[in-house]
Amino acid sequence: MSGSDDAVLELRAVHRTHGAGPAAVHALRGVSLVVRPGELVAVMGPSGSGKSTLLALAGGLDRPTGGEVRVEGQPLGALDRRGLAQLRRRRIGYIFQQLNLLGSLSALENVALPLELDGTSGRRARALAMAALTEVGLPALGDRFPDQLSGGQQQRVAIARALVGERRLVLADEPTGALDSQTGEAVLHLLRRRIDAGAAGVLVTHEARHAGWADRVVFLRDGVLVDTTAPLGSVEQLLSGSER
Amino acid sequence: MSIRHGLLALLERGQMYGYQLRAAFEESTGSTWPLNIGQVYTTLSRLERDGLVRPLPESEAGQRPYEITDAGRADLALWFATPISRTDRPRDELAIKLALALTTPGVDVRSVVQAQRSATMRALQELTRLKYGSNRPEDLPWRLVLDSMVFQAEAEVRWLDHCETSLVRHQPSGPAPPAPRPDDADARDAARWAGEEARR
Repeated sequence: MSGSDDAVLELRAVHRTHGAGPAAVHALRGVSLVVRPGELVAVMGPSGSGKSTLLALAGGLDRPTGGEVRVEGQPLGALDRRGLAQLRRRRIGYIFQQLNLLGSLSALENVALPLELDGTSGRRARALAMAALTEVGLPALGDRFPDQLSGGQQQRVAIARALVGERRLVLADEPTGALDSQTGEAVLHLLRRRIDAGAAGVLVTHEARHAGWADRVVFLRDGVLVDTTAPLGSVEQLLSGSER
Repeated sequence: MSIRHGLLALLERGQMYGYQLRAAFEESTGSTWPLNIGQVYTTLSRLERDGLVRPLPESEAGQRPYEITDAGRADLALWFATPISRTDRPRDELAIKLALALTTPGVDVRSVVQAQRSATMRALQELTRLKYGSNRPEDLPWRLVLDSMVFQAEAEVRWLDHCETSLVRHQPSGPAPPAPRPDDADARDAARWAGEEARR
């Protein structure tokens, strides 16, 4: 990582085109974005605007057809398949609408799994997993299996799995799914707390109320960033309605 | 809502004088609705005129407390029991603005939509930040006021998204631009706009 640049995630003029010739679909067209520690960026836009593509590229799940993606200063394009997999396991947490919890593993085992896959000793992985479960408020439910947990609790386990260990980049795609508004809010509260503790996050959502938790909201339209917001300066400005 | 009913509700808790009412009003609305002391006294004198409150003897410190009357209690009960009618609220300037933007030549409606959405999102971020910082049990009334503003802002963003989607679908054959005059800047804009839409 270069000394002056503390970006956890950086997209530099990223393009992603699916297919070729006249049938080519340009999912992203020259998107640049920097996310720093302590910053949560929400990505909004209509269906098909490139939100999920952006998240997949940020997490190394897909590769750009142009431009560059860096995570903690490391250009993902310079990594081979193994290096990329390792970075994904160690540094990046994913929270999806589909929880993908393994039904045959306990909550604790689900959370410990990414660490164990990465070669962390079973004992240490469990200790870290317990710390993550405690962070999401479920320290007592580690030995339950997913089907013994409520929807909200399952989502918390999935979040603990995304946050376990030393992940500094959290990527969330509609993380509150079908949860009711209180439970969904609790999920965003957890995410926000982790970001405030120094992680960086990208939240893809079509719900404005959820994007409200972000420090910055960027709008995608047809694969291009069209606008960005930062919060207003003060309550007084907001309440007087004179934000400009 | 009126300040009248706000003050009546506060006086239902017990007698209060002007400055106390102002402080209590702002506390229960989390300062979302700042009142000046002049508004409080004007409202009190109207309530007194209508027989809904009555002044009590001045204290030694020269403060005159007010108490709610039976007629005031009845009025307050009626207010709580009556839903707020949507037609009592001011007309939605934004909806009117967008409707006019659609039929006014040369206006880039999508930019109007986007500018509004950014502003509303910014407000939503700030409201969320305030909510995040108000976790004490005694913050509940204030949090509910914030939630109301959050849900309204969210509804506005959803409506703007809906407008944008409708524009994309319908714009090419949408409102007819005015009869083009070759050297008319508005007509040129409209033509360019139509062209952009056609390329989509």
